[in-house]
Amino acid sequence: VVAVCNISSQNRTRMGLNTGHGSSIKEVPIVTFKWHHVETPYLIALWILVAGLAKMVIEANHHVTNVIPESALLICFGFILGGMVWGADKVQTFTLTPTVFFFYLLPQIILDAGYFMPNKLFFGNMGAILIYAIIGTCWNAASLGLSLWGCHKGGAMGDLDIGLLQYLLFGSLMAAVDPVAVIAVFEQVHVNEVLFILVFGESLLNDGVTVVLFNVFDAFVSLGGSQIDAVEIIKGIISFFVVAFGGSLLGFVFGLLVSLLTRCTKNIQIIEPGFIFVLGYLAYLTAEMLSLSAILSIVFCGVCCQKYINANMDEKSVSTVRYTMKVLANGSETMIFVFLGISAIDKTIWVWNTGFILLTLLFIMVYRFIGVFFLTWILNRYRLVPIGFIDQVIMSYGGLRGAVAYGLAVMLDENKIKEKNLMISTTLIVVYFTVIFQGITMKPLVTWLKVKRAAVTELTLIEKVQNKVFDHVLVAIEDISGQIGHNYMRDKWNYFEEKWMSWALMKPSVRKSRDHVFSVFHQLNLKDAMSYVAEGERRGSLEFIRNESAFIDFKKKFGDEFSEAMPDIMANMSDDHGAASDRRRDPVPSVSLEMHEQTMKGMRETEDINTHHLLQQHLYKGRKQHRHRYSRSHFDVNKDENEVQEIFQRTMRSRLESFKSAKMGVAPPKTISKYSKKDQQQKMPNGKSLDRSKSYYSGDEDFEFSEGDSASGYDASGSTFPMRVTYRAGAGIENPAFMPDMDPMTPIQIPPWLMEAELDSGMVAPSQRAQVRLPWTPSNLRRLAPFRASAQSNDSFMLADAPATQQRDDEELPPPPSPPPPPSNRDGGYM
Amino acid sequence: MGVSLSLIHIVGICFFSVSVEQIKNLHKRFEQLSGNEETISRENLENIPALANNPIRRQIIGAFFDKRNQHQNEVGSFEEIGFEQFLMVMSHFRPPTLKTTEEERETMRKEKLRFLFNMHDTDNDGTITLEEYRKAVEELLSKSGAIGQEAAKAIADAAMLEVASTNVPHMAPDDFYEGITFEHFEQILKGLKKESRLGDQPLEGVVLVKECLCCCCF
Repeated sequence: VVAVCNISSQNRTRMGLNTGHGSSIKEVPIVTFKWHHVETPYLIALWILVAGLAKMVIEANHHVTNVIPESALLICFGFILGGMVWGADKVQTFTLTPTVFFFYLLPQIILDAGYFMPNKLFFGNMGAILIYAIIGTCWNAASLGLSLWGCHKGGAMGDLDIGLLQYLLFGSLMAAVDPVAVIAVFEQVHVNEVLFILVFGESLLNDGVTVVLFNVFDAFVSLGGSQIDAVEIIKGIISFFVVAFGGSLLGFVFGLLVSLLTRCTKNIQIIEPGFIFVLGYLAYLTAEMLSLSAILSIVFCGVCCQKYINANMDEKSVSTVRYTMKVLANGSETMIFVFLGISAIDKTIWVWNTGFILLTLLFIMVYRFIGVFFLTWILNRYRLVPIGFIDQVIMSYGGLRGAVAYGLAVMLDENKIKEKNLMISTTLIVVYFTVIFQGITMKPLVTWLKVKRAAVTELTLIEKVQNKVFDHVLVAIEDISGQIGHNYMRDKWNYFEEKWMSWALMKPSVRKSRDHVFSVFHQLNLKDAMSYVAEGERRGSLEFIRNESAFIDFKKKFGDEFSEAMPDIMANMSDDHGAASDRRRDPVPSVSLEMHEQTMKGMRETEDINTHHLLQQHLYKGRKQHRHRYSRSHFDVNKDENEVQEIFQRTMRSRLESFKSAKMGVAPPKTISKYSKKDQQQKMPNGKSLDRSKSYYSGDEDFEFSEGDSASGYDASGSTFPMRVTYRAGAGIENPAFMPDMDPMTPIQIPPWLMEAELDSGMVAPSQRAQVRLPWTPSNLRRLAPFRASAQSNDSFMLADAPATQQRDDEELPPPPSPPPPPSNRDGGYM
Repeated sequence: MGVSLSLIHIVGICFFSVSVEQIKNLHKRFEQLSGNEETISRENLENIPALANNPIRRQIIGAFFDKRNQHQNEVGSFEEIGFEQFLMVMSHFRPPTLKTTEEERETMRKEKLRFLFNMHDTDNDGTITLEEYRKAVEELLSKSGAIGQEAAKAIADAAMLEVASTNVPHMAPDDFYEGITFEHFEQILKGLKKESRLGDQPLEGVVLVKECLCCCCF
């Protein structure tokens, strides 16, 4: 990328010339070609483009990437590019410079790794990871340095001007397993998650360690051998710990800062994702400034803040962060590999010393194996689940070196280390060997050794529930047996976290909805909703029929049951609305469609015409002025969400109405009211405002209505004859809580086997039911707020919706306390 | 307790592969809990302060007094349990070692599942009915504040539906899913992997309940 840094300084002077007011021009130029003016940014952009294209080409050939990992292919691509550049310039203009690498390419990759870190897994295996990362890395560095030095003394590599300290320095830069390379390779292999987290966690943390080691040894080398005494060594060790833990702590602090900040970014949603990146980067730079471990700092920043920012930020911002994170990280990774390849094509850095290079390769492999096996042996004596032999082999073999080592090697000071170029070329060879050779062989090895792969399991609710049950059981057993074990610690930490951290760092509105089981429930519901809409769209119609084979019976009977079973509400309403309640005693839903597969086809044409007509009729008119408004601070201003949503809902309602009346000769149905009527009464003092405000909501009610249709259809079929459980788990729309904004009809959504019981318990307490607002709604409610506020839309809406309002007037229903929650939003979007 | 302790050594080693060390520790704990009595009662367990925050405390304590967890074909519950019974319940949670064979792991896993199942199946009839399950879920979620009873109910219902639709994919119209049997329970939890359960054992102390129930059990 910015490997062009070395030429950028020249450019800048040229740029100055070009942009300055040229005094020597003879006439006014119409166009001028100012390459140097744009050279640096232009080249950067071009390189990014090239790397992106390379990745695209490589990814297009799946049969190749199945065999050779992408990282290896990117490096090879880099060779070719580098060859081309070399051929043209006779000098390698573009190489990966440490500045570019450490300041512009690495941070986002590490931040990404931290942000997406599976925290529970990571901290659960923290002990092992730390041991591998710290002791393992030190072992690698020391053993490699000492062995090379020994071989040097033994005369294995000829005449080299390298001292013991320099060997140790070299060992420390070669010691670390590289996270970029590890992710790139292991991501495609899908080993089991414990193995993955061990390798990955180690590679992340030991980057920090290796940089620290490197700096310490670098200082030692600068001091020179004679100056080093015990005090200096102790200082070095102390500095090691200060740097590592200081960096982690700093990252933690920054993580808390980000979390706190996202608590109050409600009004600047559009830039709130930016904070995460900026603060993450600042964590990195601050650590660098304080000469603490920058990598550890940014890792822990990501790890700490993920939970809170995901909860605090709007859902859209969260996806933005996720995507941007991935874009940056993936982009950087691609650039790094390409430039690792390009950097090789440079005659000036290549110094060959067979002994040195081959011995380095050999020692790296051997000591990695020895280190892993020895440390695992120790760990296994204390671990609950021992790490198996095969996993150890894979861990050892997964010790890929990468760009960090190269970056450090380039940073070596030529004045102090005479053989810098030899070290660079050795590093490059090691990187190529590990990434390409080990990368390619990793997959066959994993298959051959039958390493436990990650099981792809579908998310099911019962598993989550049982998991949670089991967690509690384990904690309880530990409590009863009086041991302070891992579960105990985690339980206490969770308790603390729940009580204090969440309190401080999370918005009050989201704090409550963080339960794990619940979030799974939420996800499953979302999935259901999406597949539901997708299915509807696939069928090319606005009607959402879930199952091809399942015909939907919207039985009137359901309505009867409904009113019978709900004397409570009825009574309520009659209190509130007097005479009007009588009318409500009519079969309420009257969604009496009998749509069967055969008849539906014929219907569709008419229906389409109807739909078209209705769309035309009811779409907002005269609101064009809103359409091309541009706003920097609001993303969706051009398609007013409420509007879209209303259009959708109204269309749905109208369509269903006309559909019904056309087919069945039934009068347009009344909308079902699904809100408890008690508490809202006060809010609406007079009938007029009642009606009006109602019309604002009608959109939502309508929507619910349509949702209710399908729901009730389902229910009705359940109540008339037991439903057929034909759905897959997870995809089950029959999931009783599919519609979060459940109305009094909900009880009938209960699976048939508990029909009776439900009708009793559920029906009498409709207000409770109606209040089942699932906790994740608050953030969405906010978006619906404008319903009330925007006067314009009311007017046009009133006009367009006259019949609907009319109809609803009859019922004299007060508006719901709050607009119904989110699916409406999302589904609206789908339309 | 000297006599029975030595007896229990043998029992423990032979049948539960719980080590002598662990049994000693557990026995110490048992005496502490019971106040040096021969038996332990529900109150003894309920008084453990650390348990106070556990939402399913009632179910777990119940499981200790459940005869089904004693590996004898009896049902019902004890009023008080002696050390042997205590140990028997605890032995459900013994960790696997490197030497444990695949078969043994499978049995251990099954035992644990049976333990969980018994915990939910409060009326001993071999099925977890919806009412039972709802109750369990409600209890489980009762400490998390935000989730009301209704939501807990909905979650239980949804989970039940999952079981129903997985195990009885083609239900006849009149069929009626009356509850989760143990086979279904096993079936649906087959894929259940305890994520993160592979933690390190804390370096201090002897831990009987290793948390790796996981890789073999969950």
